[in-house]
Amino acid sequence: MKSIPIGRSSRDEIPRLLRVCGLSVKYGADGQALEAALRQLDLEISAGEVVGILGESGCGKSTLALSILGLLPADARVDGSILFRNEELLGMSEAQLRRIRGAKISLINQEPGLALSPVMRVGEQIAEVIGAHSGLKRKARKQEAEAMLRAVNLTNAGRICAAYPHQLSGGELHRVAIGQALACRPDLVIADEPTRSLDVIVQAEILGVLRNLKQKFGTALIFITHDPALLVGFADRVVVMYAGRAVEQGPSSRMFGRPLHPYTKGLLNLVARVPRRDGSAPAGLLPVIPGGPPYLEALTSGCAFEPRCSRKTEICQSEDPEELMPEAGHRVSCFHHGS
Amino acid sequence: MAAEQATKRAARPALVRVHALSKRYVQRRIFSRDKFVVDALKNVDVEIPPDCLTALVGESGSGKSTLASCLAMLETPDSGEIWFEGREISRAAACELESLRPKIQMVFQDSSGALNPRFSAAQIIAEPLEIQRRVSGRKLRQRTCELMEEVGLSADWADRSAHEFSGGQRQRLAIARALALRPTLLILDESLSGLDLVTQAQILNLLAEIRIAHSLTCLLISHDLSLVGQVADHIAVMHKGTIIERDTRQQVFESPRHAHTRELLAATRTIASAFRAERPGSE
Repeated sequence: MKSIPIGRSSRDEIPRLLRVCGLSVKYGADGQALEAALRQLDLEISAGEVVGILGESGCGKSTLALSILGLLPADARVDGSILFRNEELLGMSEAQLRRIRGAKISLINQEPGLALSPVMRVGEQIAEVIGAHSGLKRKARKQEAEAMLRAVNLTNAGRICAAYPHQLSGGELHRVAIGQALACRPDLVIADEPTRSLDVIVQAEILGVLRNLKQKFGTALIFITHDPALLVGFADRVVVMYAGRAVEQGPSSRMFGRPLHPYTKGLLNLVARVPRRDGSAPAGLLPVIPGGPPYLEALTSGCAFEPRCSRKTEICQSEDPEELMPEAGHRVSCFHHGS
Repeated sequence: MAAEQATKRAARPALVRVHALSKRYVQRRIFSRDKFVVDALKNVDVEIPPDCLTALVGESGSGKSTLASCLAMLETPDSGEIWFEGREISRAAACELESLRPKIQMVFQDSSGALNPRFSAAQIIAEPLEIQRRVSGRKLRQRTCELMEEVGLSADWADRSAHEFSGGQRQRLAIARALALRPTLLILDESLSGLDLVTQAQILNLLAEIRIAHSLTCLLISHDLSLVGQVADHIAVMHKGTIIERDTRQQVFESPRHAHTRELLAATRTIASAFRAERPGSE
């Protein structure tokens, strides 16, 4: 099948829940050198869809989450467009954004222990979100908060509601954070590494909770992670980010079954090393991707992945690869995606 | 072949032998006379064979870090014994610690908290060498640069502060500091858990290289069985303050004896099996 470059017009027909177009973010105060975090990022999410954002630390995943919620620090310079239900989020006033945050789009932070206030009972914190976006009375808010905790499989919801964050275990805190994010039944939830530093049993439980809630409420979910294994059987689509850009995206079955970008292949090879039932694992050193993500301000011409790529040729040094669509819905930015 | 070598190494006398180790923490609630007791270690028995990588796995709160702190002589156990190179060290006197501590070095989970933010990379690595009066002057600078190069950091970065390094680079710096005193046992307490998969794999490869170069015995503490399953020779599983299972990696993965180990493996495999089903021929 012949690969064709993607034109903006080919994406404009289908209504999307969220459409990010040409998003660029740079950090730096006036008069100082600017540090790029996102470069011309394009991303689309439909209602009820689970999209996995995959990549190493420092490739811009969390900056994307904060851009959508309008939570970037004051020194961030943002260009491009973020349309949510055809409404432009960039340039909205703080008052307008507050009406959207929590009610329409919410965030599950990677450190719920830090995201929750240590001096408020968790029930009050969930009720506060409900109160900010609904006219419910105090008692009804409390009942709704308890119902939300039961929905995230916390059986003793009364006790949890009355507890302070430091009195809860790591797994309980993560469930509270999920319950709080879903309290107002938002259209879109952004989960920024929601299982980071959890042990494997709690991690599996939290993934189960997110799966159930997706089925129950039909919420669209952006699941940010560095671990491809967490997206299997859960994400409808996967977007692989590198150096502030989406280098490959497509339906998860194709992304895992037939990845095209060398970076995606490198990430998937790391998961494939997990020992089998008999304990056997391939001998020798692990198949790493050498080096680390580049400093974006130092990028000149060529593919940003070229210094780390095992398939690089001359053209990779001199030209930036265009985004191509070798298969329907599967896009990649690489000169050597077919090899 | 690798399994045979690991078995041969394990047949030698253990480098560390822990017997009936117990440690209890008593905490008092704020503004209250109520006390609550946490039995972090309960009669722990474990051996660490020399020149092997032993992994200590278990859920959060199972006592892994308390055991590591006792081994590194940062905590004193309430009862029990720790034998290291044939010597009981659990209640070593302060005057003995100066000679013992260089032999057992630790790399912590939170690299940003473990490295002095006001020190340069060179000062961080040089500090233990100066305290132990191993080298000084121009040789000290030369040795710190050698250690940086050995862990994959450019010696040109020797004057950068710790906060100028990424998470993975800071862990390399912490490993370089631990290697400075040529330890016999290196304990990595969840040192990889905050890092992404690529950086984890790079550090594991580095660990494999330095283990051979320094004839190092390693204790890798992690909650991630899929991670330790790729590199460990032996696996010890902790649950509620006790060691419930200890065997070779093959044995633990092939025929786990304890129900909790089976539960840990099942949680790991649910994710790994789903991945393999989506990606046939991935190996």
